[in-house]
Order: sequence, then structure tokens, then C-alpha cells
Amino acid sequence: MPDVAIAVENLVKRFKRATAVDGVSFVVARGACAALLGSNGAGKTTTLAMLLGLIAPTAGAIRVLGEDMLRHRHRVLGRMNFSSPYVELPQRMTVRQNLDIYARLYDLTDVDGRIAALARDLQLDAFLDRPFGRLSAGQKTRVALAKALLNEPELLLLDEPTASLDPDTADWVRGYLEAWRMRTGATVVLASHNMAEVERLASEVLMMRRGRIVDRGAPRDLVRRYGRETLEQVFLAIARAREAAAP
Amino acid sequence: MTAERETSFSARRIGAMVRRYVYLLVGSGPRALELLYWPIVQMVLWGFTSQFLMTNSSYVARAGGVLLGAVLLWDVMFRGQLGVSMSFLEELWSRNLAGIFASPLRPIEWAAALVVMSLIRVLIGVVPAALLAIVLYHYSIFTLGLPLVAFFVLLLAMGWGIGFIIGAFLLRYGLGAENMAWAAVFLLAPAAAIYYPVAVLPAWLQAVAWAIPAAHVFEGMRAVMFTGRFPLPHFVAAMGLDALYLAVGIGAFLVAFEIARRRGSLLQSGE
Repeated sequence: MPDVAIAVENLVKRFKRATAVDGVSFVVARGACAALLGSNGAGKTTTLAMLLGLIAPTAGAIRVLGEDMLRHRHRVLGRMNFSSPYVELPQRMTVRQNLDIYARLYDLTDVDGRIAALARDLQLDAFLDRPFGRLSAGQKTRVALAKALLNEPELLLLDEPTASLDPDTADWVRGYLEAWRMRTGATVVLASHNMAEVERLASEVLMMRRGRIVDRGAPRDLVRRYGRETLEQVFLAIARAREAAAP
Repeated sequence: MTAERETSFSARRIGAMVRRYVYLLVGSGPRALELLYWPIVQMVLWGFTSQFLMTNSSYVARAGGVLLGAVLLWDVMFRGQLGVSMSFLEELWSRNLAGIFASPLRPIEWAAALVVMSLIRVLIGVVPAALLAIVLYHYSIFTLGLPLVAFFVLLLAMGWGIGFIIGAFLLRYGLGAENMAWAAVFLLAPAAAIYYPVAVLPAWLQAVAWAIPAAHVFEGMRAVMFTGRFPLPHFVAAMGLDALYLAVGIGAFLVAFEIARRRGSLLQSGE
């Protein structure tokens, strides 16, 4: 399947007391941007973590960029990357040191050149030699994005990429990601609560609830299908259906 | 689910992780100083104790450096274990496990980086203390000659084995197991026969002692000091036990890593 970046089949993750992901299947085409949308606890972050090999599934199959992630994840991890507000970079190392380490972990050859290019693109120059822990939220997000783009990934996984950012910075990040994807043709999967972000970036939305995909489609198609005006209203309709169904 | 076999190495990725720990060490004066502090304090304490006992104990008088040599070599083992455990803890404190293991880094490469970093920490900590012992007490551990190299490697390997077992606990229980990094090795100290021969221990504890590589090393060290002969049986026994400790340690670490992936705790490591 050369045109498929991600193929997930009947993915299940059970923890001791809860089922976080319950039989999820989806396909993301190469070059597409898919969004996992759902309320807290819907299973978005766990799904992303399984795509990254950080969490081992209880059952199911995952193929990423043509490789079986459950058996050969190290063959493909160098071709993908991620950013998440739940996974920070080491606080006491400088931005440059952090990027230097990750560049080497991803086996880049021209480490200094790549860091310089990303620093220019993402406007990091002013604080490259400052400890990561002393940066503002917006600066940290840009550094995390630089780390995620170090290896020019074919697949980028983003967990709430603009969480806790002011509207101006969030808009800048979305614009950068949009332009980057257009330029590189990379595949992007993002998990988000932000409807404006999803509508702007994603070509396909996977609506998750209680670990399952309850609906999917292009943002406009979903809005039309639910007879609403915005994706946010669709999200609320699905979330409230859950509340109504709850005992 | 079949876990991938972690077999291949990348020297570059190992180097990247070593570089990370060196950055931390160089970037923090107190941390670097702490590496020197304890070995020197221990050496000074035992140096004066040795000077006193030289004139009050026939045992110490027969080989003046027996206590100082023991304290320096014990520090090799302790610092070796701590070197592995501290780098482990660095990743937990900075909640960085998810970041590094979403990269192509393999657990076994991380283990190799921890071992390299441990060696660096041991050299930084113990070599200055050994040199200072020459200046302060006219005792040079280097007079042990070639056996010293064997003792150094054997104690370091034991420290790594225990360090990885502690690492497995840290992966399983998170920072709740942090104190193990400092305390675990002292559980073995009474039976390791650091400052006294194994023969002084009760019979049941002697059986325990012979299962500890360090006990063979310290018996060997005393044999070299008192008789000038290198006891091959102790060397072979320590080597075999070290292989076992390392195999158990690295095995436990790899199993704990897979359990952490199943429990999702790579994402939740930290406080």
C-alpha cells in the first residue's frame, strides 16, 4: 500500500481498570492531515502513543510507512517524529543542546546546519543558548516543533500542538505547520480539542468517544451530515450524546 | 504481541546519550563537585583511621594500605552503580523517556550509554581521591599493579549489574523507588567483606558473601597486599558472578522496559 502512511486495524488498549482504545480502525493516506477529535479520555493521546511505539497495544495491528510497528518499530521511528505538551524537553539543557542531542538520536549528519536552519525558520535564534526551562510557553512550543521537524519526518504526530498558547502564537504555529506540510508533502496526524485548528489543518477528522471512532469524514462533510454550522457544534453533539447515554 | 528483539547498536545514538549526560554534568557545578566530594571525604576519613591503626593494629600494620585500598575500590563499585542509576534518574526527573524512546534509540543503546557515563563518573570521582591519597598518606593504590585493573573492571561490572536492577525498579515503580539508587548497594556491604576477611562472618553469611563479586575482589586485594600473589580462583569466581549480575540486570531492565510500554508508563514517568 504505497499511498498509505498509516493503517490501523482493530486497535485495542486495555489498562488495568479501563479500556482506553476499543477496536479502532483507520487509514491515513500519504500527504494527508488527519485529526483525532474527542473530549478528554476519548483515547486520542493513547492512540498517538501507540502509533509512536511508546505504548504497546493489547490487540490489533499498526502499519506505519509500510512497516509493522509492533514488530519493527525501530525501522520506521527515524522517519517520523512528534510533539506533545505532555512530553517536554529536558529543562536544564539549553535549546541548542536539546536539539543537538535529538539530531544525533535521529542520525542527522549536518547537525549544526540543521539546527541553524530550524532556528531561522522558527525564530529561535534569540534563545538558542538559554535553558529550555526558562522559556515562555510560546517559545517552548516553537522549540518542541523544531525538535519534531529535525529529521524532516515523513510522518508527524502532534498532540494538541497549540495548547496553552495565546491566539497570535497559536495562529503562527498553525500557519507554519500548514506551509511546512504543503512544502514537504508529509503526513500529519494531530489530536486536538481546538476546532478552528482542526478545520484549518485537517483534511479528515476521526471523531473519538470512549476509545472508539464514532464518526469520520472531511470537516465540511461532518458539519453537513450533522446539520450544524460548525465543527464545534458537531463535537458538542457527539459529546452530549455520550452524556445522555451515560447511566 | 511479539516484542521486537533489541539487537543492533548505533554508536552514534549511544554517543548522543552520553553527550546528553555530559552536558548536564558540565552545566552544573554542584553536580560535578558532588562527584569528587564523597570519594575524597571517605578517603580522608579512612586515611586517618589507617594511620591510627598502623600503630595499634598488627593487621593493618602488615599492609598499610589495606583500608585505604578497600575504601577506594568500594567507591569504584558504588560510583559505578550510582553512575548508571543517576543517569536513569535524570530521565525520570526530566520526564524525557517518551521523547528519547519515540526516537530510533533502542533500550540496549541507552543501557550502553549509561555504562559509558558510569565509567566517566567513576574516573572523575575516584582518580582524584586516589591521587590525593598519595599526597596525604603516601599510599598509592597504583602499587597494586596489574591486579588493580582486574579489580577495577570487576567492581565496575558488579556496579553496573546492580545499577540496571535498580533501573528496572525505577522503570516499574517510577520515582517511588528513587531511594533505592542510594541505599540498595549498602544492603550488600556487610557481606562484601570490604574491610575484613570473609572468614570473620558467620557461616551462613559467608555463603552469601561468596555470591557477591566484590567479596572475591576484596579477598583478592588483601591476598595481593599481604602475600604478593594474585589469587586466580577469586578472579574467576568474580568474573563469573559479574557475568550473572550483568545478565540479570540487563535482562530485568529490558523486561521492565517492555512492561512500561504495556502499562503506558513511559509517558507518565516523573513525579
